[in-house]
Amino acid sequence: MTDQPLLQATAVHKSFGDVEVLKGIDLTVRQGQVVSLIGASGSGKTTFLRCVNLLEEHDGGEILLDGDPIGYRDIGGKRRRLSEAKVSAQRARIGMVFQQFNLFPHLTAGDNVMLGLTKVLGKSKAEAREIAGHWLGRVGLAERRDHYPYQLSGGQQQRVAIARAVAMQPRLLLFDEVTSALDPELVAEVLGVMHALADAGMTMLLVSHEMLFVRDVSHHVVFLDKGRIAQQGRPADVFDNPENERLRSFLGRFHGLFGRASAAS
Amino acid sequence: MIDYHFDWSVIARNSDKLIDALILGLWLAVVSLAIGSVIGLLAAYARVSGKWWLSRPVWLYVEFIRCTPLLLLIFLIYFGLPEFDISFLNKTQSFVVSLSLYAGAYMSEVFRAGLASIPKQYVEAAKAIGLRPWQRQAYVILPVMFRITLPSISNNLISLFKDTSLAAAIAVPELTFTARQINANTFRVMEVWLTASALYLVTAYLIAILLRLLERRYAAIR
Ligand SMILES: Nc1ncnc2c1ncn2[C@@H]1O[C@H](COP(=O)(O)OP(=O)(O)O)[C@@H](O)[C@H]1O
Ligand SMILES: [Mg+2]
Repeated sequence: MTDQPLLQATAVHKSFGDVEVLKGIDLTVRQGQVVSLIGASGSGKTTFLRCVNLLEEHDGGEILLDGDPIGYRDIGGKRRRLSEAKVSAQRARIGMVFQQFNLFPHLTAGDNVMLGLTKVLGKSKAEAREIAGHWLGRVGLAERRDHYPYQLSGGQQQRVAIARAVAMQPRLLLFDEVTSALDPELVAEVLGVMHALADAGMTMLLVSHEMLFVRDVSHHVVFLDKGRIAQQGRPADVFDNPENERLRSFLGRFHGLFGRASAAS
Repeated sequence: MIDYHFDWSVIARNSDKLIDALILGLWLAVVSLAIGSVIGLLAAYARVSGKWWLSRPVWLYVEFIRCTPLLLLIFLIYFGLPEFDISFLNKTQSFVVSLSLYAGAYMSEVFRAGLASIPKQYVEAAKAIGLRPWQRQAYVILPVMFRITLPSISNNLISLFKDTSLAAAIAVPELTFTARQINANTFRVMEVWLTASALYLVTAYLIAILLRLLERRYAAIR
């Protein structure tokens, strides 16, 4: 039992109407691991993260968090969606950071971080304020706690969003292309924060096109192609020995960052 | 008309009455907006509930109010309700009921549009931190919607304030009714009506400025 994966997805399927977007995803994330999803646009990376956080309802397979099925349970062999209250409770154990930051526009940076602490975790205002201060400090924004989102740069907003997610002490943090909407000069500050979290032992599942970062930070890399896992493994294997043809051509797009991949394209 | 001699002393002599009447009108508008906002919010949720037995009756209510003259609604409530033995309302209260129902229909449209325009990403962020459905409404959706709809709410308050003049029809002593009374007693037609108009204009303008300030304070937050 000690070896139970933190997240275990088995044969996850998801369709939008007639279009099958996830065609059976098996994926395991262990405590303290950083697992990265890479793949072309439209390959289903976002959809998979959203299924894990219950923003989408997967329509086949199973996702276990600490052994508990996410979103559904079996009642007499029938698959039943959990109640909204239960779904909300499960979501509170998973943090998510979005591409577009999604900070609450009417709340200051500090209040953005505090909202979940007081309303979901039931902490006192004083305790929540302290935790928010701690995490805003960790992302380098202690002086910005009374600023509203519109008063912050994109990179600062994204760091507040990370603080908001991690302050909830989730079991798992999801990152969906969190630097894609940023000006290039702001990318590094956000990746730096993520790197520090990984070093601190946070379990993370992330989608990113920052290949050097992915290679550097990940324990395990998964290449998704048209809703299927085409190759996965340690970063060195995936980036230096891409056996899969489509992975080779995908990596080839990154301007010769990777030895063999660029030779193949 | 050409020989009309202005005598503004009549205004000075009745200034207390006029000010009281103005304040009553403002009060009627504010109270009706408050009650109307509650009705409007419930109605807006009913409209977007996706349940026909909730949304249909509300739709009927909104369309009825929007397609009927307000004066008719005022008469209907004032003369109609006592026929059903509902006679505990005095004329001012009866007017508040009418104006609130009227405001509720318009506010429901404002709020419905407001709810529809909340960016999905905020709702998802609220879900992601584990807020329950009612918490998402209370702490994220409604505060954001309030800021988005503030300009429309302001416009409605100004309209309602002007509409309080219709209360004169059932002898509620607001500004229009009071002006008519003073007019009847003094025959100073121009002085009285010009003064009443000026009071409406200045008050509406002040409301507009005040609310513009409020909007500026909140608009920046979006
Ligand atoms: N809400 C939706 N309705 C219909 N199709 C969707 C929806 N969300 C995503 N898709 C489709 O699912 C596929 C995978 O999308 P996505 O998971 O966003 O890919 P990725 O994040 O890898 O770029 C795309 O073809 C996209 O058009
Ligand atoms: Mg995506």
